[in-house]
Amino acid sequence: MKKILCSLVLSLFMMAPNWAQTASEIIAKMDENMNAKTQISRSQMVIHGRRGSRTVESRTYSEGSQKAYTEYLAPARERGTKMLKLGDRLWIYSPATDRSIQLSGHMLRQSVMGSDLSYKDMMEDRKLQEMYSLRLLGEEELQGQQVWVLELLAKVEGLSYPKRKIWVDQRYYVPLKEELYAKSGQLLKELTFSEVKAFGDRYYPTVTHYKDALKKGKGTDFILLELALDEAIPDHYFNKSVLKR
Amino acid sequence: MIYFLLKGIWRDRSRSFFPILVTGMGVLLTVFLSGFMQGVFNDIIEQNARLETGHLKVMSRAYAELASQKPNDLALYEADSLLAHLRQEYPELIWTPRIRFGGLVDLANAQGETKAQGPANVTALDLSTPSLGEAQRLNLQKSLYKGRLPEQPQEVLMGEEFARRLGIELGQSFSLMGSTMEGSMSFRNYQLVGVIRFGVQAMDRSSLIMNLADAEDFLDMQDAAAEILGYFKSNSYSAERAKSIAAAFNEKQAKNPDEFAPIMFSLRAQNNLGQYVDYANNMSTLIIGIFVLAMSIVLWNMGLLGGLRRYKEFGIRLALGEAKGQIYTALCIESLLIGGLGSFWGTLVGLGLCYYLQLYGIDLDGALEQSNVMMPSVFRAKLTVELLYIGFIPGLLASLLGSMLAGLGIYQRSTANLFKELEA
Repeated sequence: MKKILCSLVLSLFMMAPNWAQTASEIIAKMDENMNAKTQISRSQMVIHGRRGSRTVESRTYSEGSQKAYTEYLAPARERGTKMLKLGDRLWIYSPATDRSIQLSGHMLRQSVMGSDLSYKDMMEDRKLQEMYSLRLLGEEELQGQQVWVLELLAKVEGLSYPKRKIWVDQRYYVPLKEELYAKSGQLLKELTFSEVKAFGDRYYPTVTHYKDALKKGKGTDFILLELALDEAIPDHYFNKSVLKR
Repeated sequence: MIYFLLKGIWRDRSRSFFPILVTGMGVLLTVFLSGFMQGVFNDIIEQNARLETGHLKVMSRAYAELASQKPNDLALYEADSLLAHLRQEYPELIWTPRIRFGGLVDLANAQGETKAQGPANVTALDLSTPSLGEAQRLNLQKSLYKGRLPEQPQEVLMGEEFARRLGIELGQSFSLMGSTMEGSMSFRNYQLVGVIRFGVQAMDRSSLIMNLADAEDFLDMQDAAAEILGYFKSNSYSAERAKSIAAAFNEKQAKNPDEFAPIMFSLRAQNNLGQYVDYANNMSTLIIGIFVLAMSIVLWNMGLLGGLRRYKEFGIRLALGEAKGQIYTALCIESLLIGGLGSFWGTLVGLGLCYYLQLYGIDLDGALEQSNVMMPSVFRAKLTVELLYIGFIPGLLASLLGSMLAGLGIYQRSTANLFKELEA
């Protein structure tokens, strides 16, 4: 009996740090892990359509959450297309017309390359804590890992997803699943993160599966092929002149 | 006898003026409302047929499920062979492919920076095959506000309001951004060669018309088609024939499990147009029904009042030995003559009003500014053969029914009372 009591007390003692975490502490640690000063990545987007799948490859340079430059490398139709995000503005350059077009308004809700991601999804840059009030719903097991389940409710107007649910891995502070909802409570998108890998002292899920709940199809896989963190990126990468280079 | 009764109607105006006026007004309203409603509904249906639905339309099954979203990624493959098959199998129709898609028009200034931008609804038509008659079908030449129709690749037409909003002039180029059939980003420069005014707010606000070959190039849709529209060569829609063609075509595809197999829809089966047609017919029936009922009640009352006024006349005629049935018959024939006269002028004036509205219409341009529904901004009536009898017959019937009801009093008169009255 004494043994059982001792092990119960011991396990409660070990769990205590996890329970003591507040929702905002968990999200803050997740942001700290996921956000580097700069990121240079090469990635593949595998878009599963109703008629088949196609793969788009790109290289992205980003600094903080406000600046990002993406250059599409493959397939041939996309090669040379570039995107530049500066704050809340987004430009797209096409070699076919040699023009940079700034996207605005409802165009931002359009799908990127026929994927399950919208331009607005790509533009999202504010920290979750700034946009949402957080609530820890509990713990459960997902992909064989212990996770915290958090509910996020919008505290600012005009967000694409007024409600979210996030499942955060307790070991590495990375999201393993996310559900994005409309104001009505309708599920709009579902994200599944997997294959978490270490990049220096940080951990990143290298495969993200996006599924637009309102679209038929198998969704879109976003695969991180290379990732370099906190490397210096020259300023001209975040200038409009980079688009026509 | 008829001549005698007509003389009576003419000489005793108090007997005929109001019944003729009331019948005429009722007939006028029936003819005018029926003609106007027919005109408006016909215009809406024809407009939809020409711009969107065709008399018949073939799409892929998957596309048809989401047709309102214009999902070109679900379009028909091997469209050329399907077109050839349709043209061979159903030669009484003109089959023509169309593509519709959304895009972003971006007009640059001298420095290449965005000067103006707006979302476009692009309709691509085969303008390079005149035998398909697409330019005539959409009345493009007449709708041309300025400029000309596209002749060379990458020349387009733009809705008048859209062009005005962008501040674009004829001959200027702009970029169009959209997605290919596969979902890739697509960009092209086009030159504006003509500005059109459809008179449909929803289209003038954002429409762009381009040649089918340009759209196929923009969307990577070579040998693919979003929609194949069929129009009867006679130019008039035959609901029964369209239904049977669609049923026969779909029957042949019934065992094909491919979700991208073609499926055919008749005009009635698209955009709730079947409901519109039924609604138009029901409304006409309802208007006529209400008219006959209301007129009967009014004319019955007028007949009663007239009967009271003519009580003495009927009494004398009965005393002189005229049979009750004879008086009743004469009254009914008289009412038919009154109804005929009222219906004649009512139909004449109603047809005149319809003709005027067929020519000039009622311009509701301002009222439809915010409308997204594809409907004409000028509402016109339509003269049809049925307008000749749609008010006339109910006018006659209402008058007759009123008098028949009122005249029943003649049979209730007893000889004893009659002599008392005459003595008085």
